[in-house]
Amino acid sequence: MDQAIIIEKGIFIVVIFAITMLFAMYETLAERKIAAWLQDRIGPNRAGKGGILQPLADGLKLFSKEEFMPNTPNKFLFIVGPAISMSTALITSAVIPWGDKLHIFGRDVILQATDIDVAMLYVFGVLSVGVYGIMIGGWASNNKFSLMSAMRASSQMISYEVAMGLSLIALVMMTGTLSLRDMALQQHGMNWNIFYQPVGFLIFLVCSFAETNRTPFDLAECEAELIGGYHTEYSSMRMGFYLFAEYASMFISSTILAVLYFGAYNYPGMDWVAENAGANVSNIIGIFVLFAKICAFIFFYMWIRWTIPRFRYDQLMRLGWQMLIPLAIANIIITGIVILLSDGKL
Amino acid sequence: MSIETISLSGRKKEVSNKKMTFLESLYLVAIFKGLMITIRHLFTRKVTIKYPEQTRELSPVYRGQHMLMRDDEGRERCTACGLCALSCPAEAITMKAEERKPDEMHLYREEKYASIYEINMLRCIFCGLCEEACPKQAIYLTKSRVMVKSNSDREDFIYGKDKLVMPLDMAINNTKQMAN
Ligand code: SF4
Ligand code: SF4
Repeated sequence: MDQAIIIEKGIFIVVIFAITMLFAMYETLAERKIAAWLQDRIGPNRAGKGGILQPLADGLKLFSKEEFMPNTPNKFLFIVGPAISMSTALITSAVIPWGDKLHIFGRDVILQATDIDVAMLYVFGVLSVGVYGIMIGGWASNNKFSLMSAMRASSQMISYEVAMGLSLIALVMMTGTLSLRDMALQQHGMNWNIFYQPVGFLIFLVCSFAETNRTPFDLAECEAELIGGYHTEYSSMRMGFYLFAEYASMFISSTILAVLYFGAYNYPGMDWVAENAGANVSNIIGIFVLFAKICAFIFFYMWIRWTIPRFRYDQLMRLGWQMLIPLAIANIIITGIVILLSDGKL
Repeated sequence: MSIETISLSGRKKEVSNKKMTFLESLYLVAIFKGLMITIRHLFTRKVTIKYPEQTRELSPVYRGQHMLMRDDEGRERCTACGLCALSCPAEAITMKAEERKPDEMHLYREEKYASIYEINMLRCIFCGLCEEACPKQAIYLTKSRVMVKSNSDREDFIYGKDKLVMPLDMAINNTKQMAN
């Protein structure tokens, strides 16, 4: 029995890893395509049919580039930086419920690498560790622009983490659980959290943009001021790792958005499907629904990127501290009052 | 009229520095408006021309590769007067004149001809002034879509008579058409 679980989880983790990588790869293509479409262009269309092999070509190019190491005393940290970025982007996927459960070979397979009951804290913790990759990389580059970029990234992450945490508190108060699986189960059918926590969702969304270092919060990579930001000194696949990590974390953060607020793998009419076609079919459709939601969020990330310009640094800080945090606190208070009212205790 | 109210483009807008309200400073409305603008572009026609497969429509005054013309008897028209070289703003043309031998009457129309005639395609700006200057209507810029081929050797960009003079079969065709 134990062996079976280890094998099952092992396979599952490998599959999730592969899917994340595939997504990150094709996000790079999607980004370029969507950028082009929004600007009335066509985008890369030469490698393979309609540019489908472009990510492979990009990867090949990065691999064949010269690996350059700046004259830095922190050679070890320089190498570790991109690795940390990449691994923190990937390990969040461990607690995400990708689907309900499948009944195969007479066993119930839960589609989640691990269902820990403090999953929310885990996600939150891992997201904040993400800044270390950038910080260490920027520091070890021995380049003032990289360092400045790293400072910006870390102060930005710290500021937005507060608002993010506060917006999650309201959600946790409402659902009464920290486990992502329970949260997903509670959003059965069309009972999605977004309808109860629209303000919380908005705050969380804005903070996700900041945490993943995407436009309009990509001050850390501000080319006009900081050359390339923290990865100025990086080349070849180390640079590729940073870029890849950004896309992987975009995928993960889209997933978290979908799971927390947009009903995870739930879709309207799932009971009807389960009754008529069996639970397995319904749950497999659920997986696809979750991925559709993820893709929609990824598109949204890109759509935003090609719509609004980068914030100025003081605007960024003002938005974080003076707008989002008060809003999040108000949201908590209102949520609390509403919960008490609906329980009839007031 | 005071200078502040003049607007040559008709699109002048007064910049106001008023304080944003709380709702405005959340930027949500503005961002939503922006998103609607960009999403519209997702469905507009793409303006890209897929180059090797599609080519851009040429303007009616398009000037391509030069050609040294032959007359209706197939003789080269150029008399190596050098006016084209003189008029060329890019100094792209060089030539060497030679006297026509009696047995070359069928090759060259005038008594003097260009034994060497070279245009440096790296210098040429395709202005067409050589064509205008020529008193013998010997040099023309054609509508040819063939661009100067890329190369790694500078010498390859100096086009001699072998590349510039109108091919014989083309001259024969022209004469036949004129006869009809
Ligand atoms: S087209 Fe203009 S630049 Fe070119 S050879 Fe003629 S005169 Fe010179
Ligand atoms: S091409 Fe015309 S202008 Fe130039 S040398 Fe010949 S005859 Fe003279």
